[in-house]
Amino acid sequence: MNNQENKQTGITGWIDKRLPVFTFINHNLRDYPTPKNLNYFWNFGSLAGITLVIMIVTGILLAMQYTANTDIAFDSVERIMRDVNNGWLLRYIHMNGASMFFIIVYIHIFRGLYYGSYKYPREILWMLGVVILLLMMATAFMGYVLPWGQMSFWGATVITNLFSAFPVIGDYIVTFLWGGFSVDNPTLSRFFVLHYLLPFAIVGVVALHLVALHQFGSNNPTGLDVKSSGDTIPFHPYYTVKDYFGLGVFLIIYAALVFFAPNFLGHPDNYIPANPLQTPAHIVPEWYFLPFYAILRAVPDKLTGVLLMFAAVLVLFLLPWLDKHKVRSATFRPFYKQFYWLFFINAIVLGWVGAMPAEGVYVLIARIASVYYFSFFLIIMPLLSRFEKVGELPSSISAAVLSKKFDKDTNESYAK
Amino acid sequence: MKVMQSKLHIIVLLLTILFPLSVFSAGDKVDLMEQKWPFNGIFGRFDNTALQRGFKVYREVCAACHGIRHVSYRDLKDIGFSSDEIKSIAGEYEIKDGPNDEGEMFQREALPSDKFVGPYENDNVARVANNGAYPPDLSLIVKARAGGADYLYSLLNGYKEYPEDYEASEGMYYNTFYPGNQIAMPSPIEDDIVEYDDGTEATHTQIAKDVTAFLAWTAEPELEERKSLGVKTLFFLALITIMLLGVKRKVWKDLD
Repeated sequence: MNNQENKQTGITGWIDKRLPVFTFINHNLRDYPTPKNLNYFWNFGSLAGITLVIMIVTGILLAMQYTANTDIAFDSVERIMRDVNNGWLLRYIHMNGASMFFIIVYIHIFRGLYYGSYKYPREILWMLGVVILLLMMATAFMGYVLPWGQMSFWGATVITNLFSAFPVIGDYIVTFLWGGFSVDNPTLSRFFVLHYLLPFAIVGVVALHLVALHQFGSNNPTGLDVKSSGDTIPFHPYYTVKDYFGLGVFLIIYAALVFFAPNFLGHPDNYIPANPLQTPAHIVPEWYFLPFYAILRAVPDKLTGVLLMFAAVLVLFLLPWLDKHKVRSATFRPFYKQFYWLFFINAIVLGWVGAMPAEGVYVLIARIASVYYFSFFLIIMPLLSRFEKVGELPSSISAAVLSKKFDKDTNESYAK
Repeated sequence: MKVMQSKLHIIVLLLTILFPLSVFSAGDKVDLMEQKWPFNGIFGRFDNTALQRGFKVYREVCAACHGIRHVSYRDLKDIGFSSDEIKSIAGEYEIKDGPNDEGEMFQREALPSDKFVGPYENDNVARVANNGAYPPDLSLIVKARAGGADYLYSLLNGYKEYPEDYEASEGMYYNTFYPGNQIAMPSPIEDDIVEYDDGTEATHTQIAKDVTAFLAWTAEPELEERKSLGVKTLFFLALITIMLLGVKRKVWKDLD
């Protein structure tokens, strides 16, 4: 259907002529041509968007009841849990939603990493995604401070103190962040303001992310470009229904967590009110920061540790230029595929040592894993882009889909 | 082959999510005395008679040093007390209120809408009265300790004589389950320290069990509502997801 020719009549037609919202929806959510071979890993983009909306809605409702003051922040959260109608439900949805959001986004990123979604012409799309990740991390960190429990307070203290590692200006930065000489009321109140503000910044970047996505359309498991209309299907109904099904599965997992294990991913110490005079035995960040926390602690020098921790995320910005191999999808790259899975396991190992005390063998494991983390991006990727040989690729998405089907039917490769 | 690979992906994904979590629970070396609590599991419910016994233990034993400041007297309705009973329970506590029209602070009887009045005027008084150790508020204690109800039950049953050659600190007690083993609280319960109204034999373990159940309720008063809503939600989601899978398959069929 040609979108320029607006066939709508009546009131929708009248509106659409003056403000083309219906054309826009039609163009981007209905007819939008999408590769026909997307697998379930392509569900995670829309899932992330839905989770963002859930977080914003529950967050706004919670903010109506929460008080950002060190004297009553903890009690105001308990009031939400006990006396506000369905307050416990809102809070548990919001609290676990943060974890679900990170699970989804990490899978989304690993998807992009496997299928080469960051390569030409989607470099800016990818970089906008990294910006979203950074904003999410800042938002999540500040949100965890708001209940003003022991982990809130000590997590905030440890993380803000990292900035003191910078020579000369370090202490000024820390004082500036705190709004005083320790983590106290000004810190809590600014964290609350920023925690409320940043999600809307995320919405803005997500909008740009989608504009950039729709410029060239989705990548796909073969990594091949769309060559003809035979390679694509309209977004609606095919991917809308597939996304709905994925959403159902996601909500089952999410609801199981919210209703039956709401504190499973949290830390018991955060139900103890913040006490600046008593340090918890182990200060651990939320699980989604653990790999980066492990990199931080793997380095004996504080400043280097801090820089490497930030570099671990920032290196993602350079990905399109570190991996210049012509083939996008790891499916056709025998060596990249193996290093990729090693990287994946390595990331889990980093998360695991991040939760362990920084002593003995754990430090050694963290160091080896950190070295591999950076080597994967800075050494392996550039080398593979020069030397990795690949076999013949399918001629098009359709051909790849057909040969797969043929494989299934006759157990014999069509490509052979 | 492809199918196998995608299954592998799912297994790896699940491992990613679950693996880092298991390390938290693997941290403690002491095995807790695990109990079959009626409030565990997806159909878990509180046993009100046990909670009422536990409340009696709290009032007659724990409340001498520990508050439950997040709980209101009116909340007792949830564990089976009548409005009149709640009024008379609240009436036993005195609360400082004011200022009145003359600008004076005054003492009055607590009302059902008040939060439980704690044993001490402020934290410093609490410390002075307890050899420098602060008796923590108990409303959230079950949520605020790794191991939850099992930990609390174990702690209450975990008092032992100091082992030989142990360098005991002045005024501290030995407990198998307390981190570091030295706790400032002496064993708070013993056989028959309370007399149960319903005739239940007040053994040490029974008392520990009842008061733990009561504190599990003060920590998560929403538990029953949460779990019953959870079962309904999951049932609904499972149903709609199966239907969506059917729709998806039907829609995609015409692509073959």
